[in-house]
Amino acid sequence: MPAFAYLDHNATSPIRPPVLDAMVDALRVGGNPSSVHRAGRAARLHVDAARRQVAALVGVLPSEVVFTSGGTEANNMALGGTGRKRVLVSAIEHESILKAVPWAERIPVDRNGVVDLAALDRMLAGSEPPLVSVMFANNETGVIQPVADVVRLARAADALVHCDAVQGAGKAPVDLHGLGVDYLSLSAHKLGGPTGVGALVVRAGAPFGADRKGGGQESNRRAGTENVAGIAGFGAAAEISLSGQDMASLRDRMEAALQAVAPQARIYGAAVRRLANTTCISMPGVNAETQVMALDLAGVCVSAGAACSSGKVTRSAVLAAMGVEPAESETAIRISCGWNTVSEDIDRLIAAWKGLYIRVTHSDLSQARAA
Amino acid sequence: MNAFSQIRRNDQPIYLDYQATTPMDPRVLEAMMPYFTYKFGNPHSRSHSYGWEAEEGVEKARGQVARLIGADEKEVIFTSGATESNNLAIRGVAEFYKDRKNHIVTTVTEHKCVLDTCRHLEQNGFEVTYLPVQQNGLIDLQVLRDAITDKTVVVSVMAVNNEIGVIQPLAEIGRICREKKVFFHTDAAQAAGKIPLDVEAMNIDLLSISGHKIYGPKGIGALYVRRKPRVRLVPLIVGGGQERGFRSGTLPTPLCVGLGEAAEICLKEMDGEAKRLKKLQERMLKGLQAKLPEIYVNGDLEHRIPGNLNISFAHVEGESLMMGIKGLSVSSGSACTSASLEPSYVLRALGVEEEMAHTSLRIGLGRFTTEQEVDTAVDDLAHHVTKLREMSPLWEMSQEGIDIKSIEWAAH
Repeated sequence: MPAFAYLDHNATSPIRPPVLDAMVDALRVGGNPSSVHRAGRAARLHVDAARRQVAALVGVLPSEVVFTSGGTEANNMALGGTGRKRVLVSAIEHESILKAVPWAERIPVDRNGVVDLAALDRMLAGSEPPLVSVMFANNETGVIQPVADVVRLARAADALVHCDAVQGAGKAPVDLHGLGVDYLSLSAHKLGGPTGVGALVVRAGAPFGADRKGGGQESNRRAGTENVAGIAGFGAAAEISLSGQDMASLRDRMEAALQAVAPQARIYGAAVRRLANTTCISMPGVNAETQVMALDLAGVCVSAGAACSSGKVTRSAVLAAMGVEPAESETAIRISCGWNTVSEDIDRLIAAWKGLYIRVTHSDLSQARAA
Repeated sequence: MNAFSQIRRNDQPIYLDYQATTPMDPRVLEAMMPYFTYKFGNPHSRSHSYGWEAEEGVEKARGQVARLIGADEKEVIFTSGATESNNLAIRGVAEFYKDRKNHIVTTVTEHKCVLDTCRHLEQNGFEVTYLPVQQNGLIDLQVLRDAITDKTVVVSVMAVNNEIGVIQPLAEIGRICREKKVFFHTDAAQAAGKIPLDVEAMNIDLLSISGHKIYGPKGIGALYVRRKPRVRLVPLIVGGGQERGFRSGTLPTPLCVGLGEAAEICLKEMDGEAKRLKKLQERMLKGLQAKLPEIYVNGDLEHRIPGNLNISFAHVEGESLMMGIKGLSVSSGSACTSASLEPSYVLRALGVEEEMAHTSLRIGLGRFTTEQEVDTAVDDLAHHVTKLREMSPLWEMSQEGIDIKSIEWAAH
């Protein structure tokens, strides 16, 4: 297949072929799902079917699913829609959380990148019952957060809890009621669905006010004509991703191979539970941008952190929150696998990473000898 | 040409609801497909070629959308649709300038998403003037001029109405707004691609576009935001800072590409298509008038997009008529509110009697509508209207010359 190994699934996952088929089916129908005539009703059927599929992915009722234009909108909606003024967020949340509530108090994380429950407990003691937002899994390190424990503490303080599950859903089992959260954000394109569609799951009975005004779609929770084909694709992707696949063995083989080349290479969050598809690893002494470019030339796509900062190269706030020194965090890249990753992709990455490391360290050695 | 045959099967009803949504043009889907499959990168990924390739697609599309409205590509922001564009334009500008100005001018016939946004702002301390419309659906420019105060921040007037298709005098509105130094926003969801729009000539500062109303995909729209003189907005969706900070979120590359392609096709084919649709519109209206007495067109027939008719069929309940004409997909008003039985607020604003408003249908013609479909629709409508009128005691009374309004109905 491709001449490239695409290992940046946490930025976006290529669309799964059956997802595209489902979308084309929906496109053939046309119709505005709000129209009462036959064309409208046919479009509505696609939206309803997808709502059931997405609901099943996270163990909720279809009526609890509100389709949005993506994870960013879902996060913005959740944080703006609960009516809670006081907000606590983990220090490693995605920017769509941090920027939506710049006044939020930040819950620290430990050196493994896990939210500090003791700190949260102290913060919850404040006067006003807050909204707490803690992500399911981090987009840069893949570290899975103790969301159920967060909920247990939050409940005692009458807090509401939102969980950004954009990077978790489809990669690990995510169950709204198992976690106990009130709100859950999802994105289709992170699990093999199309870009431009996501969902906010609002637990029945949780307070929620719509921010966007208009035609009253999505049971008055999100106005705007539904992205029917996108939603159909999201449904199909949700259903396929329920039957998980084994990524841990690929990941473990890759990490062992890289650390065999450079024993000082640090894998962030390795000591705790992580998503099986994500590796955040440093290459000692080699700048992340250099690595990304060299790997790209060798036909391997990875990233130097989150994709969404629109090209700005800034140091990872996630690694900084974990107490990683700036000089070290500048050498970390993110490798993220997905549904179409095969063993050969991993081989290509290992070879390219190893080649670069040896080139750089040898030139250092020869420079040292020359001096 | 009937590319629609690829989409519509013969057993499906004739689609005459082009103001609710349009089928996607197969050429648009073709342009989108590579971005669904092998060009799938995140356009914000700057570190590898997948990202660059996606970004190229997005930026080409931005230029295509810009050309449709005579804008610079840097002035186009992608959104999830016209509802979001309208929310962002009006709220964004109101909130940015709220320390100095607190007044908004709009019209009573706007789309619900504009009206609801204005109501929301009213609850938050803004004042809103809802301009009435004349019997033909157009605003009175003198009334607009008089409504603008030194506290007015934005005038929001739709370019084309979604129910009656009338075209507001955009250039004149723009001139007044520029003269009075207030921003001019127009909801062009129903206008873009159908009538020539030029943000410079018309002095438009903010303009909303929808993908699925111009034979593009659903889930994508655009907002034009003028750079000179600069219009500033408070974003509604924050996060990664995409779209110059006005609208965060990963851009859906295939949808952006689809919107761009749809815009380019509309621009290229606009003149010929407008002439073709005008003929179909006339054929439809003349056909109906030849077969049916007492039918009335709502809204100005001259200042109107050719792809729309809104007709009251006196003494025939619109909902019953819709149930009868199963072979036609039409609507009794806007799709958002089509499940409700309330008479259209747009028709009410024209001064159409409630009784009469209940008898109206919106008929939308578009790119894939054929003469044959129009003829079938005329026959079908005439047949059912005649049949329903034959069963109607009101029709019988009116034919006997009884003024129905003079009857005092017994209270129940």
